[in-house]
Amino acid sequence: MAELNKEHTSHRMGMHTEQLAGRTQQVFFSPSEERNFTYRSGFDVDFNKRAEIDADKMDGKAVNLEIRRLMGEGYGTIVIKNPGAKHSLGVGILNRLQLYFEGSLGYFGVGLIDGPNVRISGRVGWSCAENMMSGTVIIEKNAGSTFGAAIRGGDLVCKGDVGSRTGIDMKGGTIIVGGRTGIFTGFMMQRGRMIILGDAGANLGDSMYDGTIYVGGKIASLGVDAVRGEMTDLDAQWLKRKLAIYGLEAPNGVENMTKIVAGKQLWNYDNLEPTEKKLVL
Amino acid sequence: MCGIAGLIHRGKAADIGQEMTSMLQALKHRGPDSTGFALYGPPASDRYIMRFKVAEQEDLRKGFDIHHQIRQRKATVDERMAEFDAKIIEEDTATEYAYRYIFSYSGDIRRLIDYIEDIKNVEILSLGRALELIKDLGDADGVSTQYDLRGFKGTHAIGHTRMATESDVDIRSAHPYWAYPFADVSVVHNGQLTNYWMFRRSLERRGHRFMSNCDSELIAVYVADQIERGNDLEGAMRRSIDELDGVFTYLVATSDSLGMAKDVMAAKPMVLYESESLIALASEEVAIRSIFPHEIDTFDPYEGEVRVWQN
Repeated sequence: MAELNKEHTSHRMGMHTEQLAGRTQQVFFSPSEERNFTYRSGFDVDFNKRAEIDADKMDGKAVNLEIRRLMGEGYGTIVIKNPGAKHSLGVGILNRLQLYFEGSLGYFGVGLIDGPNVRISGRVGWSCAENMMSGTVIIEKNAGSTFGAAIRGGDLVCKGDVGSRTGIDMKGGTIIVGGRTGIFTGFMMQRGRMIILGDAGANLGDSMYDGTIYVGGKIASLGVDAVRGEMTDLDAQWLKRKLAIYGLEAPNGVENMTKIVAGKQLWNYDNLEPTEKKLVL
Repeated sequence: MCGIAGLIHRGKAADIGQEMTSMLQALKHRGPDSTGFALYGPPASDRYIMRFKVAEQEDLRKGFDIHHQIRQRKATVDERMAEFDAKIIEEDTATEYAYRYIFSYSGDIRRLIDYIEDIKNVEILSLGRALELIKDLGDADGVSTQYDLRGFKGTHAIGHTRMATESDVDIRSAHPYWAYPFADVSVVHNGQLTNYWMFRRSLERRGHRFMSNCDSELIAVYVADQIERGNDLEGAMRRSIDELDGVFTYLVATSDSLGMAKDVMAAKPMVLYESESLIALASEEVAIRSIFPHEIDTFDPYEGEVRVWQN
């Protein structure tokens, strides 16, 4: 258990008004418990079985229901034509699936997904892939704000520019931005990695708890408790391999990227040990 | 929540009434309470276009005398215009309470405006050489049909779908707002201003008039005040980014320009499409898509960004 009563710097600075009480440590997943790694409602799909949906005259709900129906029939590759920037397309897919959007998505596209590999030939609006758990999402053009909010796993890639608050509340996984990103990127980031190949807006990594942000361009300013970290060979190796997967390169080489981590000087760090942090986060 | 949209054609007039109707209807889910259009037709140097209302839509359901009162108010407007030697060339009415006048006048336009608005319950929605501002309760299709806007040709337009959060559901609180007393300046806004009262008191002391308690009206008055002080449109908008507090994205249109501004937190959405011949902006891409039959590239402007385009 954590040393809950231990006094830390922040206590001496008078930043605490209360002591946090103890929390029970639990084991949520065990490799022997297969049921905890799959969804009961999962579909057995075949990637070689391909279907197309023309979304031109359909609303978002109808498109999502059609994707579900096709997965139920075993289709593992689904192409959505004319998505027309409609909202909430491709959400809640908890399955292996190759999903292609030929066009752009509106708000909350491919949110709450766990498993599919998604490619979007156009742009995405605000809150793309929010709460994504696993899989890959690749966007060929630009993305709106709150891109990858609260994602917990998987790779989320936008090859163009992204709006503000990218990766807000990020809890795991990797976000890659080919261009620039806006203000408050990585706000309250808790785990995972973010790669920004272009410039980053003001207050980068504000109030981040943990995780790592790599920036290839200029940083307008760092947020509260975000500090520069030391780039290691391990960082460079990982960056090279990760970017190569998506055909991307750092404009000035990965070795020259800036690494940003949490300074961990905020009051909420020194009451919990790492295992307990996971439960809280 | 509210939805805003704007478009400007470069070098030619187009079916902006139909285009703006489509864009705003696509944003209906962001605000079903009221819809407003600021449409810019070909400017004429020898006449003014005035849109005004003499009652709220809901007034028609109050009492038996309202119809008589409306007639009286309109008659008083006509009398006062005649008194100032303003000659009405054309007169249209789409509803019992909202009118469109084309008139010629060579005197002090501000004095005329103030004299007309001195009539109780009369509000000038817009006045200009090119601007026509129409707003009413309901969605874009409904308002567009009611006021026969689909055939309107012009170079640029802004529009708004409103979800009432800080003031009433009425025409007075609907957008766009005309930047009284400046001809052809209109504003639509999505967001909240947190230093509204501080600025309103300051602007009222400088002689500006407010017709509603809607914070969005402040932007129109603020821009008008900045223009009055000699600032150009872009300068006024840049200054607003520093001085107005809150979260906002807004659009301003003048007789030949369209501008957008986004606050420093970038908390309110805006999607932008830009080409050689057309610029279109909206709170959501789905609105821009509604006027394009083919794939287009769009992007989000960034925090603190101000852009101005000319037709």
